[in-house]
Amino acid sequence: MDTFLSLYNSSVGKKFVVALTGLFICSFLVVHLTINLFLFKNDGGQTYDLYAHFMSTNIFIRPIEYILALGFLLHIFTSAYLWWLNKQARSVPYKAKASSENSTLASRTMFVTGSIVFIFLVVHIRTFFVPTRFADVEPSSYEMVKFAFRDPLYVLFYVIAISLLGYHLRHGFQSAFQTFGIKDKKYAPYIHFIGGIFWLLIPLLYIAMPVYFYFNPY
Amino acid sequence: MNITLNVWRQPDQKSQGQFQSYPATGISPDMSFLEMLDAVNTMLVKKGEEPIAFDHDCREGICGSCGMVINGRPHGPERGVATCQLYMRHFKEGDTITLEPWRANAFPVLKDLVVDRTSFDRIIQAGGYVSVDTGGVPDANCIPIPKVKAEEAMDAAACIGCGACVAACKNSSAMLFVSAKVSQLALLPQGDAERKQRVERMIAQMDKEGFGGCTNTLACEAECPKKIPVTHIARLNREFLRAKLT
Repeated sequence: MDTFLSLYNSSVGKKFVVALTGLFICSFLVVHLTINLFLFKNDGGQTYDLYAHFMSTNIFIRPIEYILALGFLLHIFTSAYLWWLNKQARSVPYKAKASSENSTLASRTMFVTGSIVFIFLVVHIRTFFVPTRFADVEPSSYEMVKFAFRDPLYVLFYVIAISLLGYHLRHGFQSAFQTFGIKDKKYAPYIHFIGGIFWLLIPLLYIAMPVYFYFNPY
Repeated sequence: MNITLNVWRQPDQKSQGQFQSYPATGISPDMSFLEMLDAVNTMLVKKGEEPIAFDHDCREGICGSCGMVINGRPHGPERGVATCQLYMRHFKEGDTITLEPWRANAFPVLKDLVVDRTSFDRIIQAGGYVSVDTGGVPDANCIPIPKVKAEEAMDAAACIGCGACVAACKNSSAMLFVSAKVSQLALLPQGDAERKQRVERMIAQMDKEGFGGCTNTLACEAECPKKIPVTHIARLNREFLRAKLT
């Protein structure tokens, strides 16, 4: 605990926490997507409901759920705290702006994209997680998904939020490895390749779901 | 060539500053940026006005004294050069050039474009040294250092401590500066003995001075006049994690 607090007290240590929890959330994205892909199986949602039921009732998943929630909270709180600390470091802004000459837009808008993804997370939990976990009679997750994705506004919100998640990961994924100190000339190409899977392929597969169900409601 | 300067004027640390416009006429394209400021200052002195204060010393890109934000870019639009190595031929006739001091709370403005960079000195004093008794001059090659490591350490040592990394970073982070020194000494056997306390103390001092944290935007690398790469920041992070966890 002392080691953690000693780390957390420094700006570099806080970055480690953000990077570690960020990659942990990335692993959750893979698990979540794997189950979601069963939505595309042509069996009326049987397999998808089976896995959704397993995830919401299995005793081994419960502690993982709490660890995941802790990971999300640490990532969100520490990032917001760092953002606030970083804002304190410059009271007088520059008159002439030329940040596009030396850095990417994705790297400069992490707080904005992260905040929108956070709003999406709250809405997403309210739409899917709460009814599944806290209802007296567990509803069919497949039917819930079909119902939610009939609403064009929800579909649009979902597509925009996931696109911004991809944009967040475009900088965030490789940045985590730089924070761990393992992004050097040798490993950088591999990190960028795997990063491409996370910021491009995975968001596209997530987006495919609402688009598919919106255009194929029955 | 004729240009217009829009310069941040601030009489002293406690006063409020403001932008003021000055015409710079009859400027030769072969003048360095600082020579152009000298010409403008000569004109201001002749008119009985206070000249624009700016830091400078060697004027050949070695000392790290000069530095100002030119049109939003630390050291101006050319990559890999300090302000003193920037020439007026990189600007166009009729341009308006905005000049601002390094903006960071850890670098308070002393006057006009001059900032107090002693926070960098205090970071170095916290651990950026080797405190062994050096004794007599050792025989050549008695401490074997691979050429690749020696070159990387030398590249890190090229940091002139100008502060452009802080000025460029949206968080006013000093990580590139700190990493250059930590990296330089961590790569060499002479720096190995104190590597753990060095990185811990230097980062603690960096935080204490009020510099922001690194968010890996790489703006520092892009604006560094000595082209110090961010791979040194990766090494700094490694050194810090190793120091804290072992």
